Amino acid sequence: MYKDKINFQTDIDDNLVINGKTFNSRFFIGTGKFSSPQILRETIFSSKAQIITVAIRRARPDNQVEDPAFAGIDLDKCLVLPNTSGARDAQEAIRLAKLGKALTGHNWVKLEVTPDPANLLPDPIETFKAAQQLIKAGFTVLPYINADPILAKKLEEVGCATVMPLAAPIGTNRGIKTRELLKIIIEQAQVPVVVDAGLGLPSHAAEAMEMGADAILANTALATAGNPPLMANAFALAVQSGRAAWLSGAGKESTRARASSPLTGFLHQD
Amino acid sequence: MFNPQQIHQAIQQKQQDLNSFKILISPEAQDYLEEMAKKSQNLTRRRFGNNISLYVPLYISNYCINQCQYCGYNLSNKFKRIKLNMEEIAIEAETLKQQGFEHILLLTGEAPSQTGIDYLEQAVKTLKKIVHQVSIEIYPLSQADYERLIAAGCDGITIYQETYNRECYREVHKKGPKQNYDYRYETPFRAAKAGMRSVGLGFLMGLAPWREEITAMVKHAQKVLQANWRVRLGFSFPRLRPHLGNFKPEYPVNEIELAQMVFALRLFFPDAELVLSTREPARIRDGLLSLGITRISAGSSTQPGGYKTNKDQISQFDIDDKRTPSEISQLIRSAGMEPLWKDWDWAFNREEDFS
Repeated sequence: MYKDKINFQTDIDDNLVINGKTFNSRFFIGTGKFSSPQILRETIFSSKAQIITVAIRRARPDNQVEDPAFAGIDLDKCLVLPNTSGARDAQEAIRLAKLGKALTGHNWVKLEVTPDPANLLPDPIETFKAAQQLIKAGFTVLPYINADPILAKKLEEVGCATVMPLAAPIGTNRGIKTRELLKIIIEQAQVPVVVDAGLGLPSHAAEAMEMGADAILANTALATAGNPPLMANAFALAVQSGRAAWLSGAGKESTRARASSPLTGFLHQD
Repeated sequence: MFNPQQIHQAIQQKQQDLNSFKILISPEAQDYLEEMAKKSQNLTRRRFGNNISLYVPLYISNYCINQCQYCGYNLSNKFKRIKLNMEEIAIEAETLKQQGFEHILLLTGEAPSQTGIDYLEQAVKTLKKIVHQVSIEIYPLSQADYERLIAAGCDGITIYQETYNRECYREVHKKGPKQNYDYRYETPFRAAKAGMRSVGLGFLMGLAPWREEITAMVKHAQKVLQANWRVRLGFSFPRLRPHLGNFKPEYPVNEIELAQMVFALRLFFPDAELVLSTREPARIRDGLLSLGITRISAGSSTQPGGYKTNKDQISQFDIDDKRTPSEISQLIRSAGMEPLWKDWDWAFNREEDFS
């Protein structure tokens, strides 16, 4: 298989740690929009992702065969992260989170509150309210947010385990449209930053990782590719590649003057 | 008359407007259906993925005080009227649940003395104990009544204007409260204000020239969206079918035109749910599945109690695609897509202790 032939790894010990839990993949995947449970299973396998988000509203725990959400996820290797997609306000999100906990047996939740059905943009106010209450109730909360640096800090302050800012509106495959704001979020964050939504190509994923994101999430780009498992493999490589570039410190932009400045170098000559 | 250059440009335009829409639904654009289909398919796939949602209609009463010339429930059609009691509704719903359904569309004729808000509220509550998602396709209600049904667990309505042509509207609605065009036109606004998540629009294809109808419907939809940013929009494509009384549509819509409407609406509203019922023959449903349609019904009966309790009632209209739900599910799979039986959870509107 193609995926076995390309094996790119750094020797650096570089795990992703979220709320004390260690993951050796920095690639999250979403499970919506796939054409069959079989394709989804193969995609998860070739992505080597360890955090798999699942829409609670689609879960059919009473019917494992038809259940598009949990079908074929190896629960020993992966964390099934229930998401609250479809929730329009904090109350609905909290109810779904509780149901997610009952279904998965753990208290991690990807918090999504999207009252606008056209662009599915996250509601900052309701997301914040829900995060506060869920954290009080003992949940580990990973909120999906707009690329808003102040909101990101505030969510971090109330105890969110990560922040998950969007790169572009969900499902658009348009790449990183929120670059300037993402940079600020990444620079300021004390919790992992997972770039979520809008990444359409492996190069977008690599770019996010090169910017210093801790992880990325992809779904539509994989599910709607002609060959989802192959695309998942491509994304996984891009995530590793972008991460390695970030770790190498290559090409970082700096606002400080450097000694090699060709114009003002004479000032430092003897 | 539009030239090829204009048509091509309209199809590829990023954001459609009423001018480009006019081109998309023009007779000349029918030579470009393949290009429209391609764009429609891409937009649908990006927004909805490779999934097709399944729902099933449940008729709970055929009492009606309207005289709609195209409808089998017309007051002047003489047959024994019935309505299901809560026990029968539960039996029907259990039968549908066993077939896999989690989304029931509840339907009645218009007869407030038989199927008033109390009855409807009870019906929604009864269904909601059995399946995860309930929406309604019934006569227009007040905002306050919609609020009651939402509290009972209903989260969507479908309301067809039937025709946007006032003159034709007057002609085909001979008697009854349905004669009030404006109250019907304002229904989606009241429902959305009440908090209905999804609002489905449609017009009965065949009553008036379709190009004018669909343009009026698009304008209607735009107004609904402008007034209610939280609402999820949907469109259905009901073509008039034979029924008791033999109404003959004056402006029949052919299959090419139907496809053109599906593609044009998808291009205009990339996020809208596009619904095709079992009124349509299997060949058309199968063909349009991957090209823009996102929700279909299966194994439908259009008579109250038609699934279990009462199988020999009068139908509202005849269905064409008579395949069973599991056959439809197989078909979706063989078209390279995944049937979505459940896309909602009662946890959204039910206080419950899950721990």
